[in-house]
Amino acid sequence: MKNEKETSLDPISEEKFTSEVLIEIKNLKKSFGRLEVLKDISLKLHNGENLVVLGKSGSGKSVLIKCIVRLLNPDSGTINLLGKKINIVKGKELSEIRKKIGFLFQSGALYDSMTVKQNLEFPLVRIKRDMKEEEINNKIKEVLENVGLADVLEKMPSELSGGMRKRISLARSIILDPVIMLYDEPTTGLDPVTSDEISELINTVQKKYKTSSIIITHDIACVRITADRIIMMHEGYIYAEGTLDEFEASDDPLIMSFFK
Amino acid sequence: MKKLKIINLKKAQSLATARSIKLSEDTLDQKERANTFLTEVGDLALFIKQIIKETFSRNFEFKEFLRQCYEIGNKSLPLIVITGTIMGLVLTIQSRPAMAKFGAVTMLPGMVAVSLIREIGPIITALICAGKIGSGMGAELGSMKVTEQIDAMEVSATNPIRYLVVTRVLAATLMLPILVLFADAFGFLGSWIGVNIKGDVSLVLYIFQAFGSITFLDFFPALIKTFLFGAVIGIVGCYKGFTAGRGTESVGKAANAAVVLSSLLIIIVDMIAVQITDMWL
Ligand SMILES: Nc1ncnc2c1ncn2[C@@H]1O[C@H](COP(=O)(O)OP(=O)(O)OP(=O)(O)O)[C@@H](O)[C@H]1O
Ligand SMILES: [Mg+2]
Repeated sequence: MKNEKETSLDPISEEKFTSEVLIEIKNLKKSFGRLEVLKDISLKLHNGENLVVLGKSGSGKSVLIKCIVRLLNPDSGTINLLGKKINIVKGKELSEIRKKIGFLFQSGALYDSMTVKQNLEFPLVRIKRDMKEEEINNKIKEVLENVGLADVLEKMPSELSGGMRKRISLARSIILDPVIMLYDEPTTGLDPVTSDEISELINTVQKKYKTSSIIITHDIACVRITADRIIMMHEGYIYAEGTLDEFEASDDPLIMSFFK
Repeated sequence: MKKLKIINLKKAQSLATARSIKLSEDTLDQKERANTFLTEVGDLALFIKQIIKETFSRNFEFKEFLRQCYEIGNKSLPLIVITGTIMGLVLTIQSRPAMAKFGAVTMLPGMVAVSLIREIGPIITALICAGKIGSGMGAELGSMKVTEQIDAMEVSATNPIRYLVVTRVLAATLMLPILVLFADAFGFLGSWIGVNIKGDVSLVLYIFQAFGSITFLDFFPALIKTFLFGAVIGIVGCYKGFTAGRGTESVGKAANAAVVLSSLLIIIVDMIAVQITDMWL
């Protein structure tokens, strides 16, 4: 029975994901003082897939994706990002890699002294310096349409609702056409309807921009909509790995407590 | 159905190493205590190095720099005008009896002018700005740090030091001398009022008396000093904001620490500057 399943799965996954590995993390460790947050984490992100990382609050999910973009320096282990060892690259090379990555922060992290328009053009005018004003405006319009918002350009972030802020941050993180998207709890703090809309948006972005994503969450509705593959973190280790069906069918108490 | 692979937690291993962890934690604790002051000095030095490097990089953020200059001037000017005037007035009134004892009341404007230009103007302006601008920078950048806005800049491959810090430090360095000129000017005005409470000196005569006793050597070292004060306020304010911890209470702490440290450093820089001018000039 096991064999049957595997053979039937393989051609599909081959078709959907080219075997190319975009992110490969090996034996990652990170502690803060005496608090060991990540004890031994290894994972891979394949081209084109949505990888969901599940875990309790405080299990170090945010620390994990911050290590991926070198906002935090890991204590040991290697992170291979788009073919480069992110823990040793420096200066220019590091920013070249970061340009290809979109990061949606847990808190949104909109620049609150700037209008929505200034927020969106902030990375554009600094990285694509030869872009004309008209091209910039078109790009802004395009991403805003993609996240389903209009007429907010002159608003300040403080005037927006939580869901709108999430959408604007998402728009800002896709504006540089990233190859990889990292979502840190995209749906927390939103009502179920808006949450599902944001989850659908993640799928739309993936299709439109051909991105591969790591989605960090503990919202099962979001997992059901977005996940191709799931990894669960617990106490600094990878606890389980598999597809949505496998997780839902599991009788492990820890996993069941998430999927009830 | 394929069963989900559950990966074993390494419990046994962690039990075996519990004792050695306890030992190393004690060592860590001691190391932490010994290091906080020195690491802070080292961090600050690294921070300054980065600021210098980014100041001379291409793509200077000119618009943000102008905005910061305007903010600094706009925020502090009223306070500086009021304080400058009152300091001039008070200094004059307080010095009058002493001068009268020697029959030197006519020298009052000159004496007040020298103390205003050399010391009172720069130091009062710097301390006010440390409170007003330094705390503002600490709080603003601190809250940007806490809400991950600085991280967001960094991952979008724009340098937050270049955009946020260089502009603020340069703006403070440039604006402080200008604010000091205002403090001095309004100090003279206050002093003129003070002289006229018990005497009768026309403004023209007052200015003539005051400027007659000021030399280039009173003015120039004091001017250099104010650039340094501005740099200190900018650097410390930004440093404290950038190194703010996690959680909202660290915003307040950053603002507070910015004021305390920059005021202290301003007084120390002042002392050193006075020693140097005294030795060589
Ligand atoms: N910069 C830091 N300095 C010190 N401790 C940190 C730092 N970042 C995270 N931690 C600690 O690491 C642990 C894991 O934090 P993290 O933010 O990764 O959790 P999380 O899994 O994202 O939780 P949540 O779902 O609540 O966002 C927490 O105990 C936190 O206090
Ligand atoms: Mg988190």
